[in-house]
Amino acid sequence: MLGLIFFYTFAFVLIGAAIGVITSRNPVFSALFLVLAFVTSAVLWMLLEAEFLAVVLVLVYVGAVMVLFLFVVMMLDVNVDQLREGFTKYAPIGAVVTVIMAAELATVFWLRNTGLPVLDTPAPNPAGYSNTKELGAVLYTEYVYAFELAAFILLLAIIAAIVLTMRRRPGLKVQDIAAQVATRREDRVRLVSMEPERD
Amino acid sequence: MVTLTHYLTLSAVLFSLSVAGIFLNRKNVILLLMCIELMLLAVNFNFIAFSRYLDDSAGQIFVFFILTVAAAEAAIGLAILVVLFRSKQTINVEELNEMKG
Repeated sequence: MLGLIFFYTFAFVLIGAAIGVITSRNPVFSALFLVLAFVTSAVLWMLLEAEFLAVVLVLVYVGAVMVLFLFVVMMLDVNVDQLREGFTKYAPIGAVVTVIMAAELATVFWLRNTGLPVLDTPAPNPAGYSNTKELGAVLYTEYVYAFELAAFILLLAIIAAIVLTMRRRPGLKVQDIAAQVATRREDRVRLVSMEPERD
Repeated sequence: MVTLTHYLTLSAVLFSLSVAGIFLNRKNVILLLMCIELMLLAVNFNFIAFSRYLDDSAGQIFVFFILTVAAAEAAIGLAILVVLFRSKQTINVEELNEMKG
């Protein structure tokens, strides 16, 4: 019963936050609503006893990805009104598609609810059970290849982001250390033979 | 009790809302990226709910990898967005017609 109350509370907060994301006038508010959605999802994942992923969601998404989003939203000087043209024009078709899709998916789930063993609520994990330990035990053995691929993908993302956003601005007075070190004597010193001056 | 159906319905609603978000904010690339993040969150919900109700940790491992790939995607997507804004001074999808696709 308590679980149900928690579930419905956080489910409605999550749906409200999602509606906030897609309808906010200001992209900054959208990003903040998305933060709320992620935090609420983390709580719901806790209810599903996926503690490790709940913490990872807060750390990685709220801590890193959403801060990056906010940073970009605030850095770009965007004309919001121009971008919202056609918002009301496309609202009806968006609503229709959404309602049909949600109804279809929900119908499948509710019709399936006919005594399948999958749908019984499992017993809570015993005290002292560690979700992180369980995940780690399979992550570094069975899925180690995929884990290394994931690390490679992250490395690729770092390189791609740096390469994409790096630019050389002309006329910038920065030191070129390599050029300074590679200088030879002949480049700088010039011996001039000239008549001695007398007066 | 909270059943699997509850979680699957919640995730379906979340996914549908993010699809609606793509319809509504179809000119703003930042909002499109945010809606994609929301979609991935809905998918992750399904994985975690099934992982719990089938008592199989493979679902959670999958979510772990989805989170990794989604973080990489967000980083590269935002980098592309910054470069795009630097060169065109806009992020309006309507004006991105260089390639005439």
